[in-house]
Amino acid sequence: MRYISILLLSLVFFSCGGKRNVALNRSGGQLNGAGATFPFPIYSKWFDEYYKIDKNAKINYQSIGSGGGIRQITEGTVDFGASDSPMNAGEVKKAEEKNNSRILQIPTVLGAVVLTYNLPGINKNINLASETIADIYMGKIKKWNDDRIKKDNPDVNFPDKEIVVCYRTDGSGTTYIYTDFLSKVSPEWKQNHGTAKDVRFPVGQGGKGNEGVTGLVKQLDYSIGYIELIYALQNKLNYANVKNKEGEFITPSLESVSKAADNIVDEMTASLTLSVTNAKGKGAYPISSYTYLLVLENQKDLIRGRILKSFVKWALTDGKKFANDLGYAALPQSVVEKALQRVELINFNGKPL
Amino acid sequence: MIFACSIILIVLFIIAEMFQDSVEAREVFGWKFIFSSDWDPVKEKFGALPFIFGTVVSSLLALLISLPISIGVAVFLNELVNKALRTPLSFLIEILAAIPSIIYGFWGIFVLAPFMRNTVQPLLQSTLGFLPFFKGTPYGTGLLTASIILAIMITPIITAITRDVLKAIPTAQREAAYALGATKWEAIKMALLNARSGILGASVLGLGRAIGETMAVTMVIGNRAEISASLFEPAYTMASVIANEFAEASGNLHVSSLIEVGLILFAVTFIINSFARLLIYSFTRKTEGK
Repeated sequence: MRYISILLLSLVFFSCGGKRNVALNRSGGQLNGAGATFPFPIYSKWFDEYYKIDKNAKINYQSIGSGGGIRQITEGTVDFGASDSPMNAGEVKKAEEKNNSRILQIPTVLGAVVLTYNLPGINKNINLASETIADIYMGKIKKWNDDRIKKDNPDVNFPDKEIVVCYRTDGSGTTYIYTDFLSKVSPEWKQNHGTAKDVRFPVGQGGKGNEGVTGLVKQLDYSIGYIELIYALQNKLNYANVKNKEGEFITPSLESVSKAADNIVDEMTASLTLSVTNAKGKGAYPISSYTYLLVLENQKDLIRGRILKSFVKWALTDGKKFANDLGYAALPQSVVEKALQRVELINFNGKPL
Repeated sequence: MIFACSIILIVLFIIAEMFQDSVEAREVFGWKFIFSSDWDPVKEKFGALPFIFGTVVSSLLALLISLPISIGVAVFLNELVNKALRTPLSFLIEILAAIPSIIYGFWGIFVLAPFMRNTVQPLLQSTLGFLPFFKGTPYGTGLLTASIILAIMITPIITAITRDVLKAIPTAQREAAYALGATKWEAIKMALLNARSGILGASVLGLGRAIGETMAVTMVIGNRAEISASLFEPAYTMASVIANEFAEASGNLHVSSLIEVGLILFAVTFIINSFARLLIYSFTRKTEGK
């Protein structure tokens, strides 16, 4: 009996320990990555196309979520991570101490969050001011025929119905982008609810995933919810024009999202992490955001480091052309240049790759 | 013997691991964790009461709905229906058990929820609206809808076991009942009375499934960490919050709190199971004592 339990114990420990060792010591061309689900389609397209160019570059990516991507790059179990929200100071510190290397956060593409709604009988895109959106999500504007909604849509006849608020209940980059936007346009939101992948919404009900929120909005008359732009485009959902910092009502599109990033490229510091919600300048859609690749500056393996570096460079330049077809907004050229400079820092034992 | 021991070992491992990983949450919140209904990841305040409430209420309600249906189906299949119908019918019920829970979830949100909103909930409100359970806006989603989905999901299990238990009752007993002049209904009543410990066991299994169910529930329950008397309001369950928030939980305290929710889920399952065991035990002793 004792013998058996020892056997079982050792089996469990070996299987845990073994995996980690394989990930660290494995040589050769295969790269492992993990992280955000949002950019997964474009990343797998890139891996695929890049493999056609370099037959040594076999890249494997697990879309386990941004939080998982940050955890795994911190633990050193993957060659690169991916996250929709930049790592916060505490996460960066922990990851850098553990890996003995700086963490580079490289923006790859842009995404956006749109407000979709279910208003029977109203087919055109409605206009929503950002403060109005915040007040709807704080339960202060309760009805569709509120004066502040009517003011921005003079030719729409809103019903005297209660607004049914829907939100994402699973932790997600989408919620992070959305609450980042709300925090910027409403000090009260920032104070009481904050910016995070999970927040406590004061009103409404939650759906799981983009499909869950969409399901709720489709089923519940007079509801409103927020989802990813790509998902809304693919499923031909209607969405609101949102008022930006300049007071224009902007229809979410790949162009208006790229525009938001381009308008504030001057504010981007060397770390490349920058929130582009509520960006200034004409034509910018206010609920936009970068998604990032997380890469260690000091690579632990010569061959894999070299492949990783050339892949990222390729993705930022030649890879750009695949973005729009898949529904992602490509980085403006100004950002690509900054990102490329950052990628050059990747090295092995102090020697550039 | 080896396999039996390995199961015990695995369970102990899981408990030990969860206990260890939730140490931070237990230190910060203590017992307040169970009694507080504040769940705010941004401010790092965590209390599990709404999830415990949601899990227990939705599962018990599901059992309450499912039990009469299951017993009825089992009796019908075993005692009343002729052989030609029995096989296809029981096959259909068993197929219900094989449907993945995500399918139930989608069915729930696209078919059941609108039906609840447009038909069932207004009806309940107009007839029983004075009760606190049926107040509030009928959204279609919420605690009641989740319970109904769960009830459908656990019906096949309870039905199958109840049938087996009824089958196990010797024919001689039934014949004796008829010989004493019992009507068909009285004979069935007697059979059910004899099978009650087995039926109770079936309910426990069903309840266990309902407590652990994640996907289907999360799609229709509304996912709101609040406790409300109304069954129409959105709620949240322990399994759902773990599934929803674990992958993206960033703070250590958040992860640790979610693991503690898992530990509580374990404890709740354990308590309900032992309670049912106790019930079965006292039942069987009573019958033997007679």
